[in-house]
Amino acid sequence: MASFKPTKIQVYPKLGEKVTQDTLYWKNYKAPVQIKEFGAITSIDFSPVAPHNFAVTAFTRIHIYGPFSQEPVKTLTRFKDTAYCGRFRSDGQLLVAGCEDSVVRLFDVSGKAALRMFRGHTKAVHVTDFTSDRYQILTGSDDYTCRLWDIPNATELNSYREHTDYVRCGVTSKLNRDLFITGSYDHTLKLFDARADKSVMTMDHGQPVESLLLYPSEGLLVSAGGRHVKVWDLLKGGQPLVSMKNHHKTVTCLCLSSNGQRLLSASLDRHVKVYNTTNYKVVHNFDYAASILSLALAPNDESIVAGMTNSILSIKHRKSPEESAEVSGQQRRTPSYRVFVKGKNYAPKQDDYLVSKPVKQHLAKYDKQLRTFNVSNSLDTALTWTRLRKPEITVAVIKELDRRGTLKNALAGRDEQWLARLLNFLIGNLVDPRFAAVLAPAAEMILDVYRRVVGQSPLVDRQLLRLQELLEREIDYQQDLLEVLGMLDTLFASSLPRLEVPHPGTSRCFYWASCNYTF
Amino acid sequence: MVEHGDIRVVHRGGSKINSREPVVTNDSRFLLCASGERVKVFSTSTEECVHDLRGHTDLVTGVLLRPTNHLQVYSCSVDGTVRLWDFTDGILIKTYDIGYPVYAIYASANHEGVFFIVTPTQSDNRSELFQLVAVHLPQSGDQLVEAQELSAVLSNVSSNPAATGFGRGGEYIASAKGLHLEVYFFKKQKSYRFSLKEDNKKGGKNTLMCIACHPKDDCIATGHEDGKIRLWRNFNHKKEYTYTTLHWHHNAVSSLRFTPEGTNLLSGGLESVLVQWRYNQESERDFLPRLGSAITHIAVSPDGTLFCTSHSDNKITIIQSCVKVSAVIQGLVNGESVRTDLMVDPRSKSLVLNGKPGHLQFYSLQRDKLLYNLDIVQQEYIHELGLQQFEVVKVAFDAPGNWMATVEERKPKAAEPEINLKLWAFDEQTQSFVLNTTVSAPHEAQITSMCFSQAADGQTSMLVSASEDGHFKAWQLPRSACTEDEGPSWSCDFVGDYRGLAPQCCCFSADGSLLAVSFQEVVTVWSPASWELLTTLSQPPKAIRDLCFGRLGCSKYLMGTTASNLLCCWNLLTCSLEWSTSMDVSLLLSDPLTENMAAFCCQAESTDLFVFKPSEPRPVASLKAVCSGKVTRAVFAPREEMLESCEESSQWLNRSQLYFLTQHMDLMTFTTKAEEDRLAASSKQLFIDDSVAMTPFYLLLGKHRKQENQDSLTRLSAELMPLPRGSLAIKELLQSPAHVLPSTSVLCSMFVESLLVSVADGSEESKHAEEEMESEKEEEDSEGEMESRTPRPEPASPGLQSAESAAPALTKAQLKELRRVKKLDHGWLADLLLS
Repeated sequence: MASFKPTKIQVYPKLGEKVTQDTLYWKNYKAPVQIKEFGAITSIDFSPVAPHNFAVTAFTRIHIYGPFSQEPVKTLTRFKDTAYCGRFRSDGQLLVAGCEDSVVRLFDVSGKAALRMFRGHTKAVHVTDFTSDRYQILTGSDDYTCRLWDIPNATELNSYREHTDYVRCGVTSKLNRDLFITGSYDHTLKLFDARADKSVMTMDHGQPVESLLLYPSEGLLVSAGGRHVKVWDLLKGGQPLVSMKNHHKTVTCLCLSSNGQRLLSASLDRHVKVYNTTNYKVVHNFDYAASILSLALAPNDESIVAGMTNSILSIKHRKSPEESAEVSGQQRRTPSYRVFVKGKNYAPKQDDYLVSKPVKQHLAKYDKQLRTFNVSNSLDTALTWTRLRKPEITVAVIKELDRRGTLKNALAGRDEQWLARLLNFLIGNLVDPRFAAVLAPAAEMILDVYRRVVGQSPLVDRQLLRLQELLEREIDYQQDLLEVLGMLDTLFASSLPRLEVPHPGTSRCFYWASCNYTF
Repeated sequence: MVEHGDIRVVHRGGSKINSREPVVTNDSRFLLCASGERVKVFSTSTEECVHDLRGHTDLVTGVLLRPTNHLQVYSCSVDGTVRLWDFTDGILIKTYDIGYPVYAIYASANHEGVFFIVTPTQSDNRSELFQLVAVHLPQSGDQLVEAQELSAVLSNVSSNPAATGFGRGGEYIASAKGLHLEVYFFKKQKSYRFSLKEDNKKGGKNTLMCIACHPKDDCIATGHEDGKIRLWRNFNHKKEYTYTTLHWHHNAVSSLRFTPEGTNLLSGGLESVLVQWRYNQESERDFLPRLGSAITHIAVSPDGTLFCTSHSDNKITIIQSCVKVSAVIQGLVNGESVRTDLMVDPRSKSLVLNGKPGHLQFYSLQRDKLLYNLDIVQQEYIHELGLQQFEVVKVAFDAPGNWMATVEERKPKAAEPEINLKLWAFDEQTQSFVLNTTVSAPHEAQITSMCFSQAADGQTSMLVSASEDGHFKAWQLPRSACTEDEGPSWSCDFVGDYRGLAPQCCCFSADGSLLAVSFQEVVTVWSPASWELLTTLSQPPKAIRDLCFGRLGCSKYLMGTTASNLLCCWNLLTCSLEWSTSMDVSLLLSDPLTENMAAFCCQAESTDLFVFKPSEPRPVASLKAVCSGKVTRAVFAPREEMLESCEESSQWLNRSQLYFLTQHMDLMTFTTKAEEDRLAASSKQLFIDDSVAMTPFYLLLGKHRKQENQDSLTRLSAELMPLPRGSLAIKELLQSPAHVLPSTSVLCSMFVESLLVSVADGSEESKHAEEEMESEKEEEDSEGEMESRTPRPEPASPGLQSAESAAPALTKAQLKELRRVKKLDHGWLADLLLS
């Protein structure tokens, strides 16, 4: 004999991206701290030593922030013009920065005035870096040259004049003091060896190169330029491995997570994409308010710092374990395990006589009332679920009543208070696309049933007016959506290649947009 | 049944068992019910079909225990005969030829030698008027008797058997029709007529639906269309009659029955709740709810221990009198319409179609038994007239049977249809399908066609659904993307359309590399790998009706039928029409195991079948006038074992069998002569092996008596072949199916006995034992007589008395003496003679 089948509560798919380990990891950051700087933030660099301060280069200053401070702990202001590329040395004591006035300045982190000034470039210096032996400085400039400087003597060691356009990015090897790589707007990447006078390797990126990144093993090189991010294998003589095109504007900055498993790329399109470094698929995506020029990750991914063109610095700190546990701890405390197994693990003894008891089916209260055809009461019970923020259950019961053909009976004969509650629920959920198909007929039915008494209660009338307003707004919104859809269709149709066979208008990813309402 | 040389069209199971009220035998061990042209005997404890009483040539309309002999049963049929059967052995005893179609049969113990039947008033079958006629049975010993002594009792009765009943041991007969109740008293030879108003004040309808008479008291219970039950008393007066009203049902009462002692009244209707009212204390009621579907008939066993309810979903429920369900006999549910196509489950090889509302039924074709019902909708079924329910409208299986897709649909009045697409995965552990994905509103309009990709590699599963909203969608199961807490689920991969036309049918090629979707008169061919439109084929002027790819060697052909009576064959290598012919094909389907295709053509009220290969213009087989009316549902079911038929015309039946549903929802199939012979042989074997009525004692004795009968000269049965004893027992053991064998303890003694060298050797010793058993044998002899196929000599029954009259007249004592002599063991005598 069949038993009562409880009302099926529809499980609605969660919209948006799927929850993966990556989304959990990258979402586990607090709300960003935003700091206004004086101009576009072109560079952010973390100090490699303990407190991990970071230097933010913006306009004519370099601010050094502490890991949790919102005020700069240090400000370097001795620049005549826009500063570029403030970099820490590997011991965290010295900082080098280029400048629009072509002078490269070396600072002591504790002092204010420049220790050394390297003059020799004829145009703005956008690239500065220390070599791994800590005694030399690499610079790249808009005069198409890149130079090596000696710190103790403040002299120029060598000058490389191979690029044919601005040199805008460069990176030194952390393992070999003589190797460094520069990228230029002439679309090429060049690997130099300080022991030789010429570049030892040249790779063509295809677009003006904006950013370079070496893997910790230094076998792979990542370059960003135009919309492309490319990975090169240096050990195979600069063979291109992967080319990724996930941004729709120029990629400006590259950065690697601390464990080397994830690659981050920031772009002028206001997005930061996180790639898996094994298959180079995008696993996560951040949105920012403006075009991003610079991005840096603190050691151990403790914070993500992004600098934008609108001179806003956004700092996101990782949640501490207590804080992340707090979110899940908000759920209702469930009874302990002991309560559930109560007596169930009792093993019968040999001479025990087992009395079989029919298993009682557990039913929710509204199901019990539905079983006895108590339709009005079951609707009352279902409405109380709204307080628990579960409109699915109320909607499921309304749908079930509609299927049984008794929704009208359940809705009729109510008082003012109750009707106001129901209308409140409708106002909250009617325009939700998941519930509209069920709630729209119910709303019509309410209007049918209570048409005669409209105007008797100011409370109900006010809510009816709100409902009407809501619907009008929704209709306008839908109309706008349809217009956008029409525009998209024309765009897609014009971009499709002309085939000999009359091609149908296939809409692969935009079919969701066609869910229009019928009011 | 139509013969076509070698191939015959035969009924294959699934006939209705709920058309008429079932009958429970006196000892409550068997249940008899009319099923199509047969009467089926079920065991009430095991639910197995024990016998199949075959003989009628048209629909059986009534089954009735013979009041004077509880081991015999009457059955009446539209073919104009009433037959008397012995149901324990399944033997036809007598046939009474009435000459008119019989719609119901009644008898009572008070009226010996008479039974009452309902026949049309005019001799032509189409008349709407029926009359109750008493038939006096002629005394004759012949098998076939013509009954001509007919006398009308009541005119203008209802043809519904539930609307007439005998009261108080046959003193009166009551009949209801429309708004009138008529009671005829046999003693007074007078009838009374009572009428009700058409509508009562509250708008309920008073039409009488069924009737039941109290067995001891002067009381008639009538069930009405508005759900009321009226208890009529004092009805032997024209004016002073009274009635009381009972009301619980909210829809029409379809059946009423008093228990044999008259203490309780049972009623049932659409609500599928059996209500038990205490007689005279009607406020006390017992309910047995959730019986599954509407109750159509209620029967009570003569001793009152069992109730049977037959239901609208072709089911009989056996209920103990303590209101507890003890057994369920379920037939193939073919309701008003089969919405899903006929399908064959690739794993269980069972036929799949929609059955009970919201369910799919899996029906074993080999065993003619419902395997299980799968709940698709998973919602509480509300038993109410006029309510729009969810119906399963489409089913598809993938080739290995791992996935099943179902579409359910509900059309509320003046609202958009609700459609759900569900995908079910086969669970090895529970051996059934488990819901994997539910897609609500997969399309905006009705889904017209659905099919799985036939890809043999089993790597990717793909489902394509076409809908009237002008799109077809491909659904795919992603391989990798699944998180640890939930398994993979299906999602939409592609949405395609063609010039805004509505797709009608879709079909994958045998290797899954091509998808053909028909849009009106255009067939579009797509590549599922890249979703590119490869080519379009069309054969105007009318829309495509059916599409079908060729299989195996003919996989380069695409077959299509159009509404303008064309059967087209396109070659996909040249993208051109290979051949076409003009015929009105109502259904086209391909055999998955061979290259053959079957086309059902509708021509002048009857259907022809053509079986052909797409590569050959000449059909492999053509059968004319397979059945009347249009065939719209058919399926090729693979055979369990291949047939070895060498004749060319029946070779297409070797690997698979073709089943189809006729207009009247009969399930038919095609068989060859050889197959039928084999089936008949196996059924005969089964029949001999039937062991339900056997006791261990009977087995030992019965075996012995068979040998005895060989010695004696009175050999009557030609069916019992003289076989070597040992081999017979062993053969029985080995060849009969395990489920019909008695328990091992029973078989053991028989088996051991068969291993003995010979009973005759030890006859001297056994003789003493034999004499001790003599008295017990006396009791057993009635069954022994049946074994030898002679009518049971029972002086009370007039029909059989005449059979005896042919022999010289003997007194009872003489007869008994003669039988004892016959039964003595003459084995020793034979031994003496031989030695």
